[in-house]
Amino acid sequence: MALSHTWQQFLDETGDISRFTRRFFLQGFKPRYEIAELLRQCYIIGYKSLPLVGLTGFIMGLVLTMQLRPSLISYGAESELPAMVGIAIVREIGPVITALIFAGKIGSSIGAELGSMKVTEQIDAMEVSGTNPFKYLVVTRVLAATLMLPVLVILGDAISLYGSYLGVNIRGITSFSLFFQQVFDALSFSDFFPALIKSYFFGFAVGIIGCYKGFNSSKGTEGVGRSANSAVVVSSVLIFIIDLLAVQITDILGFN
Amino acid sequence: MTTAPIIEQRSIPVVSTDSVIEIEHLYKTFGDNTVLADFSLVLRKGENVAVLGKSGSGKSVLIKCIIGLMRADKGSIRLLGQDIDNLDHQELDEIRSRVGFLFQSNALYDSMTVRENLEFPLRRHWIKMTSAEQDAKVLEVLSNVGLAHAVDMMPAELSGGMRKRIALARTLILDPEIIFYDEPTTGLDPITGKGISKLIREMGEKYNTSALIISHDMNCIRMTADRIIMLIDGTCYAQGSYEELKLNNDPKVKQFFE
Repeated sequence: MALSHTWQQFLDETGDISRFTRRFFLQGFKPRYEIAELLRQCYIIGYKSLPLVGLTGFIMGLVLTMQLRPSLISYGAESELPAMVGIAIVREIGPVITALIFAGKIGSSIGAELGSMKVTEQIDAMEVSGTNPFKYLVVTRVLAATLMLPVLVILGDAISLYGSYLGVNIRGITSFSLFFQQVFDALSFSDFFPALIKSYFFGFAVGIIGCYKGFNSSKGTEGVGRSANSAVVVSSVLIFIIDLLAVQITDILGFN
Repeated sequence: MTTAPIIEQRSIPVVSTDSVIEIEHLYKTFGDNTVLADFSLVLRKGENVAVLGKSGSGKSVLIKCIIGLMRADKGSIRLLGQDIDNLDHQELDEIRSRVGFLFQSNALYDSMTVRENLEFPLRRHWIKMTSAEQDAKVLEVLSNVGLAHAVDMMPAELSGGMRKRIALARTLILDPEIIFYDEPTTGLDPITGKGISKLIREMGEKYNTSALIISHDMNCIRMTADRIIMLIDGTCYAQGSYEELKLNNDPKVKQFFE
């Protein structure tokens, strides 16, 4: 009985999120366009997330390099280190880790912000002020998250590779140009393209879940906390599901 | 055993040339809970009417239905001569630009300064103003509520009473014909509450507005309302001036004055 109730709740929520997503597509591309708010959200969601994404990317590249080195030495393949780290970061680790960091920072922030606006009647006030709150708050945030995450992934990958370059040079000497030549020699279009495309889907998932949770927040401050928390949990799980689907699709299309 | 209410709702005249709000036979339920049942109300131009009722009696639901934030299940609402249910989004926005709404929680936008909060309705309703005129309008309404110095402050820096005044200034910025007040003194100390009630009365006279005040604060109602409508059991149970209702012996009416 408990299981069926949980299952029912899961299905209800999935249906609600689908309707919310449909509403985004129905309303998002009709005028009035909230360009100024979209640009403001791009600045907040993209630019202000860069330090955190950069720091985690740098540490990720450095640590990955230092962890891989002993294994590669034991196989006599230390010279393959830049290529291996490059492929791992660009294809998988960069997009997924950046998306998870993004979900933690932006998903929770959107969930809490909209949740707080809902319980303090700011969304109603917006509607009374001649503003469609769905367009102004939801469409702009979802678009900004969708557009900004791929940019953050590219920048995060670059910083991560720089961290890897420093990691290589802790125990050896490799020039900057040689390191990056080895990285880019190992990479091809089929490594960049699927990673970039799935980043758009990750960004969309984080934006739509954060907005859905915030927009449907209730029960006062407790509800706001719950919205922020569940926005992170659901969008993180969705990131892994999208990643799983992406790897299957790229495999079918021959990109792997 | 309850005595008969002063005026049965069915006897309220609902067609009036100078009325700004006409509500007829309104019903609204949430699941099994009926909050409005055959409720009718008329607000005339320049009149301040208070809707008095217990917490959870449907007062806030009533004004949200009037302004189109909620849809009633049954009945008709005419706001400034237009049937709310038949308006499209654009028409609804147009009519909303002619009314002000003071929310119970003030609903000031946390991420904006006081100036931006006040400019928001002007920008969103496409009010044609130069930036100098806009600045002057913002300062005018802030001066009227005694807070011109707070123009560049953030809502988080304001006290409860100041927030309420800023929220009132925001409702006044569009020179509304009607202002809806949802529990304007809730959460304020008695002295600040009295100040807000006085300000509501003064601003009504200065801007020549009609007002629908939702409250259970008898001091606020006494100071601001020309007429009181008692919302009991989802219906317009009784109405009259403060003094008239105070003398009424109906237990359901009397309990508010004890």
